[in-house]
Amino acid sequence: MSGFIAKLVTVVTLILTGFAVLGASMSTESAQLGYSGTGMQQVAFKEDLEALVAASQAPPAFPPAASDGPRSSTAYQNVKVLGHLSTGEFTRLMTAITTWVSPVEGCAYCHNTENLASDELYTKVVSRRMIEMTMAINANFKSHVKETGVTCYTCHRGQPVPNQIWFTAPESPYAARLVGDNAEQNQPAALAGMTSLPVDPLTPYLAGSEQIRVISTGALPDGNRASIKQTEWTYGLMMHMSTSLGVNCTYCHNTRSMAEWEQSPPARAVAFHGIRMVRHLNNEYLTPLTSVFPPARRGALGDAPKINCGTCHNGAFKPLLGAQMLKDYKELAAPYVPTATTAAAPPPAEPAPVDPAAAPALGTP
Amino acid sequence: MSEYQNIFTQIQVQGPPEHPIPIADQHWRTRGTFFSRLVGRIGSAQFGPIFLGGYGIASAFCFFIAFEIIGLNMWASVGWSPTEFVRQLPWLALEPPPPSLGLSLPPLNQGGWWLMAGFFLTVSILLWWLRTFQRAKALGMGTHVAWAYAAAIWLYLVLGFIRPVLMGSWGEAVPFGIFPHLDWTAAFSIRYGNLFYNPFHALSIAFLYGSTLLFAMHGATVLAVSQLGGDREVGQIVDRGTAAERGALFWRWTMGFNATFESIHRWAWWFAVLCPLTGGIGILLTGTVVDNWYLWAVKHNFAPQYPAVYETVPDPATQPLPYVVDPKEKS
Repeated sequence: MSGFIAKLVTVVTLILTGFAVLGASMSTESAQLGYSGTGMQQVAFKEDLEALVAASQAPPAFPPAASDGPRSSTAYQNVKVLGHLSTGEFTRLMTAITTWVSPVEGCAYCHNTENLASDELYTKVVSRRMIEMTMAINANFKSHVKETGVTCYTCHRGQPVPNQIWFTAPESPYAARLVGDNAEQNQPAALAGMTSLPVDPLTPYLAGSEQIRVISTGALPDGNRASIKQTEWTYGLMMHMSTSLGVNCTYCHNTRSMAEWEQSPPARAVAFHGIRMVRHLNNEYLTPLTSVFPPARRGALGDAPKINCGTCHNGAFKPLLGAQMLKDYKELAAPYVPTATTAAAPPPAEPAPVDPAAAPALGTP
Repeated sequence: MSEYQNIFTQIQVQGPPEHPIPIADQHWRTRGTFFSRLVGRIGSAQFGPIFLGGYGIASAFCFFIAFEIIGLNMWASVGWSPTEFVRQLPWLALEPPPPSLGLSLPPLNQGGWWLMAGFFLTVSILLWWLRTFQRAKALGMGTHVAWAYAAAIWLYLVLGFIRPVLMGSWGEAVPFGIFPHLDWTAAFSIRYGNLFYNPFHALSIAFLYGSTLLFAMHGATVLAVSQLGGDREVGQIVDRGTAAERGALFWRWTMGFNATFESIHRWAWWFAVLCPLTGGIGILLTGTVVDNWYLWAVKHNFAPQYPAVYETVPDPATQPLPYVVDPKEKS
């Protein structure tokens, strides 16, 4: 009897000690987002949150530069996108971009230091297009980036190539053989949270525009033929979004009904616009640069590097946890639109739309 | 007292091997037996005599074919690398045909192997069912085990055959694979608006958890009265002794109502059997009769509505977008 109790006490003590040791390193924080008892909660490891905060510190802003003086378009050669800036503003932005994108490589990462105006390095051509992309995001996709906006640093984080980029996955070499086809899934899928879901759940939705919604909007069958397999592709995309933002499903969905908008947290609408934004940027900015990128920078199928949710978000529900960088770099807030009052630039043939309510046309109408 | 609370059998009594009744098809039965002390720690130490039988051999053969088709396809999908096969095994699968092929005969590597593996596995399972039925008859037993097994086969057939045929697509069926079949299960629930609101799924879970509860209650009761003769459980069904009386009184005092030494086994059998029976009905109705279980539950007033905590927004796809998209674009 006493032997049994002694054994029991030993086992229980060992188990409790184990939990205590585990608990010290794996303590979690949770936040309730919905009505009590509905499981609308966000859970994260404290350790991860601390690492996220440390990794999400925006670099200090450079002191503002004088906006008067000659324009960079007249002071320098071959300035196509930022010509309306003063030389002071232009140099300040160039310096900031160097610290954001190529702090180790310096100006020479994009410029021939003998002739800064030359477009001979592909990185300069890409950078110019990326500056245009940043302006377009901030001006046209406020439905996703709000007034916080994005800068080069949002994605680059001090590196010439952002941490999270992606390429279209080549088809399994075994699909065309007699045996061993995996139906583009059933291997550890890094882009889908290490599940066995489709390994490339991005190409159909973030480059193509395949149907994401699979759930019926009526109780009874009404012709929705979305299959379980198609659902797995959508599920893969959702896993990508979840891991990119470091959130659970419940950040955007009330999981009792994934489909119902009347029950979804408002973040779901922001994500909806985010999907369309990323798709647009891939098709209008990244993919057209395919021939500019050298082969070593392209994917296995020769495609250009593309962006996904994680490229900006980097594991945070808001990139850089919502740090306001754009307010110090207003020149990235919108593409430059010459107006009658800007004497430095010639008036455009037709007045460009400046009314933010007028939807700017993006891509092929 | 503590000897009744051990996981392992404390004392193994080993006599001559048990050789039960002679049977008509005696020639299929091996003679040899052996004992394993290690196995005796948790169960009966005796192995054998083994009964092969026509159904058994045919079933094992079919199972081997299915196992090989599945395993070799998995191995081929990692380029025949032994280390990658072991490393990625939980992720690997043999996938059913793409939904675009419907119920047609698919190419071998696009679901053909899956169809073939499924056929041999099903034949193997059905032959083994015949074996459980036939062996029970041969030993003069009831056929309770065979019918319980048939309940599990019903769920298996609904998932892999009956429902895919009704839906008109082999692609609706479950892949063979460890994680892949779990991802399939989650995707199935998502596609059909949350299986939680499927009442047959709810029944199935009640019977599943109910089975484990009954099993624990019964096992605990019999162990608790075994020093009073409760270990002669079956004898006490018809010849009630003090063990049965005390156990019954205990449950009357602590639960208010109790089974008999006979009826507890019928409770347990029905709980176990109803788990896959109701589950199979729930799966069969999904996609064929009901397409969104959540909305179905709302319609029939058993999905509770909770107070709004956060502001909700309308579906952006129904609103004018603040940017222009490709008109070919879908939601």
